[in-house]
Amino acid sequence: MTMPYYVAPEQVMKDRAEYAQKGIARGRSLVASTYDQGIVIVADNPSRSLHKISEIYDRIAFAGVGKYNEFDQLRVSGIRHADTKGYAYSREDVEARSLANLYAQYLGQVFTHEMKPLEVEILVAELGTGLRPPQLYHIAYEGTITDEDRFAVLGGETEGIVAALETAWSATWDLSGALRAAVGALAGADRTLGAADLEVAVLAEGNGRRSFRRLVDDELVALLT
Amino acid sequence: MSLPLFTTTEDPGPDFAGLIRRLRVPTHPLIGAGASTPAEGFRHGTTVVALRYADGVVMAGDRRATEGHAIAHRSMQKVFPADRYSAVAIAGAAGPAVEMVRLFQTQLEHYEKVEGVVLSLEGKANQLGQMVREHLPMAMQGLAVVPLFAGFDLARRTGRIFTYDVTGGHYEETEYNATGSGGRDARTTIKLGYRDGLERDAAVELAIQSLYEAADEDSATGGPDLIRGIYPLVATVTAGGFTAVEEDEVAERFASLIERRRTEGRQP
Repeated sequence: MTMPYYVAPEQVMKDRAEYAQKGIARGRSLVASTYDQGIVIVADNPSRSLHKISEIYDRIAFAGVGKYNEFDQLRVSGIRHADTKGYAYSREDVEARSLANLYAQYLGQVFTHEMKPLEVEILVAELGTGLRPPQLYHIAYEGTITDEDRFAVLGGETEGIVAALETAWSATWDLSGALRAAVGALAGADRTLGAADLEVAVLAEGNGRRSFRRLVDDELVALLT
Repeated sequence: MSLPLFTTTEDPGPDFAGLIRRLRVPTHPLIGAGASTPAEGFRHGTTVVALRYADGVVMAGDRRATEGHAIAHRSMQKVFPADRYSAVAIAGAAGPAVEMVRLFQTQLEHYEKVEGVVLSLEGKANQLGQMVREHLPMAMQGLAVVPLFAGFDLARRTGRIFTYDVTGGHYEETEYNATGSGGRDARTTIKLGYRDGLERDAAVELAIQSLYEAADEDSATGGPDLIRGIYPLVATVTAGGFTAVEEDEVAERFASLIERRRTEGRQP
């Protein structure tokens, strides 16, 4: 009869965390920042069809890094949650905080109970209202949730990007300023990123009820120069 | 509420109606099959029109809801944006009709967000047809909902109109149509003034005239309510999207229509 080996719980968690971190670090990073009119999200993503940033609801956006199929499943379930809630109650009752908590619970549960943790890090961004400031909920692979009101960086190696944004960040910068700083931080010292290498979207006032909008082509080029 | 996650075989895909069925969100219950007489005491909505013009389509609807012979509501909305490039107008039992519009709007937006692309105009028209078809048991109880759907087809660069019957059958109209109890009078009015490639102002004027005539002949259609300042809703859908015509413009057009009739000595 074979007996299972005893493995210390610390070791199990450490192995899983390492596994997830490795998976996430293989992908590219993503930055979200507030600016005077809303929130801009910038991903180092040359694909025009496999998006890392998408719309969840009127004032809520989603972004993910890591394994595409895993964060895409989370994206779709977020849209389902928001649309169902807005249909059953009202559009005003849909808010990012409860969705971010659901994501955190799910990721935490998968991390402790399943064979394999999800190799993702996700962001739930919500445009502010007169009563609330804009919020960026950053949720890690093991379900840790942090809320930021300035900027958030997702990905494997983020220290350099965080440091660059920390020095550049300004509460009053406009879209172009925020975008250029985010792109500069993502690129680092020895690379440059052009419009073709980026996926950019904003949550901003002035787009009507649905505040999510992708910035593409000429508009993006103009903002970057 | 928990995070709605499904196994790959049970995943509803971009279908919102399928999703809320799986999640058991309460929607309109079907009325027991035993009832044989048409249900009384429900609000009914009335005349809505749509016509094509040079840049797209105009859609308009009166504001009155009735319960039997009484006026139940004076400022009901019957013309809605379905999404950025389409509009839906409703006639029939008000409760289920408004609910159907809400479901339809959510359905289109849900598809767009999940799939990352917008449904074709024909796809939207088919979706609405399915909803009307599913509603058939209630229609048999006297709670019929008959929508009118119109939009700007971005692929074909033209405005298109679709009409429905209670079974969910839908038919594309090449010029114009109207539905509801005053639909016949509205259609006749449009028929007399319709030409191919109308300008925007002429098309809006014709829609307003048609509602005026329908309200004049049909007790369940509301005309312009000059005392309360309630006017029919008019909207256009063009390459620029859904735009509601300003209430001031609608009021102005009704005022000059009435003034014209008075000075010409016509009745009414």
